[in-house]
Amino acid sequence: MTIKLSIGPIQYFWERERVFEFYQQAADCPADIVYLGEVICSKRRLVKVEDWVAIGRELKQNGKEVVLSSLTLLEAASEMGSLRKLCQNDEFMVEANDISAVQLLSTAGKRFVTGPGVNIYNTRSLQVLVNKGLKRWVLPVELGLQPLKDLQAGRPAGVETEVFALGRLPLAYSARCYTARSHNLPKDDCQFKCIEYPDGRLLKTREDEDFLVLNGIQTQSALTHQVLDQLPELENLAVDILRISPQHEHTLEVVDIFDAGRKGVELAPLCEHLLSLLPLGACNGYLLEQAGMQFGSEVSHDTQQAV
Amino acid sequence: MELVCPAGNLPSLKAAIDNGADAVYMGFKDDTNARHFAGLNFTDRTFEKAVRYAQDKGRKIFVAINTFPQPGGFDRWKAAVDQAAEHGVDALILADIGVLDYACNTWPELRLHLSVQASVTSAEGIRFYHENFGIRRVVLPRVLSVNQVAHVTRESPVPVEVFGFGSLCVMVEGRCLLSSYATGRSPNTYGACSPASHVRWEETGDGTNTRLNGVLIDHYGEGEKAGYPTLCKGRFQVGEHTFYALEEPTSLNTLSILPELRKIGVSAIKVEGRQRSPAYVAQVTAVMRTAIDECLRDPENYQPRGKWMQKLADVSEGSQTTLGAYHRPWQ
Repeated sequence: MTIKLSIGPIQYFWERERVFEFYQQAADCPADIVYLGEVICSKRRLVKVEDWVAIGRELKQNGKEVVLSSLTLLEAASEMGSLRKLCQNDEFMVEANDISAVQLLSTAGKRFVTGPGVNIYNTRSLQVLVNKGLKRWVLPVELGLQPLKDLQAGRPAGVETEVFALGRLPLAYSARCYTARSHNLPKDDCQFKCIEYPDGRLLKTREDEDFLVLNGIQTQSALTHQVLDQLPELENLAVDILRISPQHEHTLEVVDIFDAGRKGVELAPLCEHLLSLLPLGACNGYLLEQAGMQFGSEVSHDTQQAV
Repeated sequence: MELVCPAGNLPSLKAAIDNGADAVYMGFKDDTNARHFAGLNFTDRTFEKAVRYAQDKGRKIFVAINTFPQPGGFDRWKAAVDQAAEHGVDALILADIGVLDYACNTWPELRLHLSVQASVTSAEGIRFYHENFGIRRVVLPRVLSVNQVAHVTRESPVPVEVFGFGSLCVMVEGRCLLSSYATGRSPNTYGACSPASHVRWEETGDGTNTRLNGVLIDHYGEGEKAGYPTLCKGRFQVGEHTFYALEEPTSLNTLSILPELRKIGVSAIKVEGRQRSPAYVAQVTAVMRTAIDECLRDPENYQPRGKWMQKLADVSEGSQTTLGAYHRPWQ
């Protein structure tokens, strides 16, 4: 089986026209699966649920599998209302990014996907969720090849494994909006500043080192996590899907590169091309069981066992 | 409202109990709990003593086994659950779905609390853990406003515990990977945030640099007091400005909203700080005990006293405290 490619949900706040344009172009790209929806902030309403459904229908007609992604951090009662509505839809499968979505979907007897925001670190957790209707799960981004291998060895029949393969890493979520804070604005009067940063707002150390990216209530890595050079290993481990997380520029070019890789085109030149497209350089430490920000090619021998 | 206090070792446990904690929470000496620091936590022998001390005084013991095991280490988490259960502790504080499943099937009578590390912020989420594993209490993350806590408490199938004092996680717990991004070790995988093994203090010509695995977390000028480089509490550059981009070094303090927390039906107040000294535990427990008692006796006229606030500020990060996300403008 050829490994599948997915386009993850857009993490950023983009202009409405840009969102529509992006998915129009994505309709013809080689990705097999597209995740749609707002996963970061419920105040971002330029694209409404009905719009996502309409985009989803277009993509489906173009042969894509479409999944609707849920909000990652739920706080207000109104957010729970939107989540209920999302989980009640009978047209598309839902990616649960919080356990409350898992609860709503499993009690409704629906099959679902869990995104990187749901913690599945071991086989027993995976088994419990498969019993609840889990069809596909995304490996937590901080886990590397060894736990992936162990999880694949013990995974229940039928469940698909997806790996976050390309993108700025989703590292943390807060009650506080850091983009608003960086403009000295309170969250309740954020003036939708996120729209000015379609790839997030860069945070540097006091030595001018690119470190993190602020994306509303989410904190991401400044470097782009990429696993293309490990493609043969991921195929060996029977990973089903590789996820590409959209950036404002070059996302569909990146999809083409991964597509060429899965079709057997030599990886070294593809990797080189890929690196030239990433905004501030690459990292892959998590996959290699090192600090996430590191970039190398060797699996670490620091196995992080108890001291 | 029950007062739940931290114990990183036997002297802290005694300090908590002697100063009025209703319950004490603790962990074993390995990565099965989220305060996996050198020199901290309990061995078989000290654990037994701790349980006996609490039982003699009629107080409760909760054991935190609240990190996320990977397949290679799962047996260590099972052993921790078994050990705590065999000693007859009052509750386990768990986060991982697999560990919860093991505990509720192996020890069906044992009381389970859902750790803050499970990252649950809604009644629907609580229902998942209640229906599947029979949890009997939930600890809420430090990301909800008081109104949101009230809403969740009203709808929750089980009683709610919230953080009342201590170091402030500004990110929702259980889903923060900042530490492993910089060091390879996170609360989820290793039980430590910004681990001391990766910290470097560096004297420069004009002050001190604090680094985490080489990343500059902050620079302190001459005479400025240097703080521990917890990743989210450093000064960074965003745009033209250098500032505490995520959060100032400050501690959570809920003394001023205790009557509200009581009124909305919060069942327990938790004090953070298993990594802190017995003196910290004694000081904070004593203040919180007095404040809670006064609040319960006469909630209408309750006011936090200046000397309580001072005592808590003395043991706080950066000597300052905040209401954090409970207070909407903080967000």
